Amino acid sequence: MRYGRGPEVLSDISLSLPRGSFHFVTGSSGAGKSSLLKLIYLAARPSSGGVRLFGQDVTSMPASDLPHIRRRIGVVFQDLLLLDHLSAFDNTALPLRIAGHKASEYRNDVAELLAWVGLGGRMQALPPTLAGGEKQRLAIARAVVNRPEILLADEPTGNVDHDMSMRIYRLFVELNRLGTTVIIATHDQDLVARSGRPVLHLDKGRLKPVAPKAPAA
Amino acid sequence: MSESFDPARWRPAPFLPQDDARDPALLFVVAVLCFLACLAALGALAGDRAAHGWSGQLLGEATVIVRPRGGETPDAAAARAAEALAAVPGVSEARALEREKAYDLIRPWLGDVSDLEDLPVPRLVSVSLDAKAPATAAQLDKALKGQGLDAVVDDHTRWIKDIRRAADVVRATAAVVFLLVAAAAGAVVAFATRAGLAARRDVVEVLHLTGAEDGQIAGLFELRFARIAAVAGGIGALGAAGLGALLRLIGGGQGVTPALPVAWLDLLVVLPCPLLAALVAAVAARLTARRLIKGL
Ligand SMILES: Nc1ncnc2c1ncn2[C@@H]1O[C@H](COP(=O)(O)OP(=O)(O)OP(=O)(O)O)[C@@H](O)[C@H]1O
Ligand SMILES: [Mg+2]
Repeated sequence: MRYGRGPEVLSDISLSLPRGSFHFVTGSSGAGKSSLLKLIYLAARPSSGGVRLFGQDVTSMPASDLPHIRRRIGVVFQDLLLLDHLSAFDNTALPLRIAGHKASEYRNDVAELLAWVGLGGRMQALPPTLAGGEKQRLAIARAVVNRPEILLADEPTGNVDHDMSMRIYRLFVELNRLGTTVIIATHDQDLVARSGRPVLHLDKGRLKPVAPKAPAA
Repeated sequence: MSESFDPARWRPAPFLPQDDARDPALLFVVAVLCFLACLAALGALAGDRAAHGWSGQLLGEATVIVRPRGGETPDAAAARAAEALAAVPGVSEARALEREKAYDLIRPWLGDVSDLEDLPVPRLVSVSLDAKAPATAAQLDKALKGQGLDAVVDDHTRWIKDIRRAADVVRATAAVVFLLVAAAAGAVVAFATRAGLAARRDVVEVLHLTGAEDGQIAGLFELRFARIAAVAGGIGALGAAGLGALLRLIGGGQGVTPALPVAWLDLLVVLPCPLLAALVAAVAARLTARRLIKGL
């Protein structure tokens, strides 16, 4: 893929991830990790080739069908994309509202989830008043609140300490255990190594195999 | 920091920040446009009424110019003409105007000629026509010819045509002004939507990536601008109606002048303004937002 008329930032990527798998995406800064995730969460289209999600070719799909695909995907954006004028609670509830659920159906779940990520006391706080790590946890809460079938997380542990990082990792593992396909882009080699999960390593926009585990290609 | 937040009492907050919705500049511009549109509508109504009044007056009367012939004095000829005309069906009254009236009419062209007794000044006969079934010019003409009178009938057709044309022009002008103003309001809202979308790119992007349909996102802007326009429409309409009422009060029963007779009922024409403004704004915002979102 490429941005506008820029150079190709991802080339010759060919991969297929089974449902329910758990992968890390690694690579140095600028290698194209975020770009790869954007292709999957449908924020970008490949300049050539195609993307299949849930057994459907989403590249040739009419744009009006994409929202329903997007609702099945949870994303922790690298720059979080929290809405500053909405409370932590409202930010978290956003995907549920968009999907058309009633407030009465989900407000307790939202409160529970926020408590679980350690924001139980900050549910009415606006994102600008939250600490970096708190924002990150809020973004994670929003990404998982709708029990997505695919969870994409772009540097979800960039701003948190080791303990919180492990806690977040365990949340992802829990979701994965419940059937969610998880893909995490990270620089956190420590986390990758501890997890023992398969790694997709990007180098200048190309997929490189890593020892000892080969990427599920 | 502790808080006593009860999720059961939580109400979803609007996706778009609320303070954006009180955009005073946009409110002002749309209110002014609505004010102008309402004035155009009021002007059209008043112009129409004035035209009706004038042509009604003119339709109800005709003027006959009688030229004395042979040895007959002008007064005698005029009297004979009046008598003949009064007998025509559809004429309610025919009255020979005194000599002075005739002199008054030609004085602007000939100066004071009242002392030239022997000048064959034509006499006028003023004819009032039956409002229900007015006599035609041809009928009047025939009656005069039958009496061997040399007379010209003027049933004011030419003036009525002119007035009708003037009324049409007033109406057309008002319609054009109205359409222009509506288009300008739409353009302003489209512009504001573009600005609003750019200012709230974050919201649009998050909603879009979270699976909101284009229509859902466009709907937020549509609703917001429809609301602003409705309020602005109300303000503009009130202003125009207020001005109309003022004209009516100053001008008494006739309106400011007989040329612009505003009736109390005319003021109701501003009523649909808020609704129309909201509609125009909603359509403009929807189209603009949809086009911009499609480009995401
Ligand atoms: N919106 C954009 N427009 C143009 N070029 C972009 C854009 N986003 C990324 N790029 C370019 O694409 C390449 C890959 O960027 P990408 O964000 O995918 O890297 P990354 O692996 O996520 O890096 P990091 O670890 O710093 O987040 C880089 O060369 C970057 O400059
Ligand atoms: Mg990145």
